[in-house]
Amino acid sequence: MKGMSVIVKTISSWVKVLIILFGIYIVLFGHLTPGGGFAGGVVLASSYVLLMLAFGREFVLKNLPLSLDSKLDCVGGILFIAIAILGVVFGGVFFKNCFIEYGQKFNLISAGTIPLSNIVIGLKVGASLYLVIFLLSAFRRDDSDEQSVFRSPEEIHDRAMKDEKESN
Amino acid sequence: MIVVFYILLLFMLIAAIIAVETKNLLSAVICVGAIGFGGSLIFLFLRAPDIAITQIVVEVLGLIILIRATIARDLTSISGDREFFGTVVSIVIIFLIFMAGFKVLDSLHDFGTPVYAKTEKAASQTYIEKGLEDTGATNIVSSIILDYRAYDTLGEATVLFTAVIGATVLLRKKSRKSPEVLE
Repeated sequence: MKGMSVIVKTISSWVKVLIILFGIYIVLFGHLTPGGGFAGGVVLASSYVLLMLAFGREFVLKNLPLSLDSKLDCVGGILFIAIAILGVVFGGVFFKNCFIEYGQKFNLISAGTIPLSNIVIGLKVGASLYLVIFLLSAFRRDDSDEQSVFRSPEEIHDRAMKDEKESN
Repeated sequence: MIVVFYILLLFMLIAAIIAVETKNLLSAVICVGAIGFGGSLIFLFLRAPDIAITQIVVEVLGLIILIRATIARDLTSISGDREFFGTVVSIVIIFLIFMAGFKVLDSLHDFGTPVYAKTEKAASQTYIEKGLEDTGATNIVSSIILDYRAYDTLGEATVLFTAVIGATVLLRKKSRKSPEVLE
């Protein structure tokens, strides 16, 4: 049985929802209350780190594969530049805060492109931190290998998939 | 308020000394985490909740990674004595930095009276006065990092992206093509 004990698994399966909700709240309300894209993204990444510690690496890989995660990272980066180019299109200046006239101040829909940038940055930071932590945790010496080289994340992914097929 | 700072600073100092002096790697890692949490509490009391949130979350993540790294090792305690010359040199350097820090602290303004508040049309005053009007964001930190100084955030995102690429490339088992094929 992979992962930690039953108590840790039960508690973390309850708590993960709250952590993810808190991360989404920090990202969405970044322009109104303390927080923002970076902090919210780190909270989102830490929820997956909790799942990784409690249920094991393979569970998280089935939930959010590395290929999807790296795509999310790239999409976040591209969308942030797209928001900057929106400024060129609508305001004439790179990173111009356009659409500022929509919504009222102190409301959720306000502040032009700032909430959009917060969401995009949160996506990007969460995805890349999760990727870095996963890579670092998958990085270990494999003594059974003849050359005793470091086992790569792709190989761990392949092995996990193979084990799963065999267990089924 | 100042008393709280001194208590927190004392707590962080004690944690730092224990982290350096203890022989057990796991307790050293936990002490380093305690220093970070003390720092985030200080940020909170200095009315910078944004930095406090980020600091506490990054601290938790870093602590988890460090604990995993120490537990994964067979060796969880350090043995052996320190080199005499290295200890003396580091103590002298730390003392010099300490004296320089005192000099800097003397020349600083009091807490709550920023230097640029006295000059008119300073950038910080403009942000505070016009921030809500210009950007519509109530959180002034957001209005600065995503509107006035959005280029900084773009650079930061690029740095993170580069770090991910570096980690992915360095932790790979072998290159896609062998050197002969590349030549």
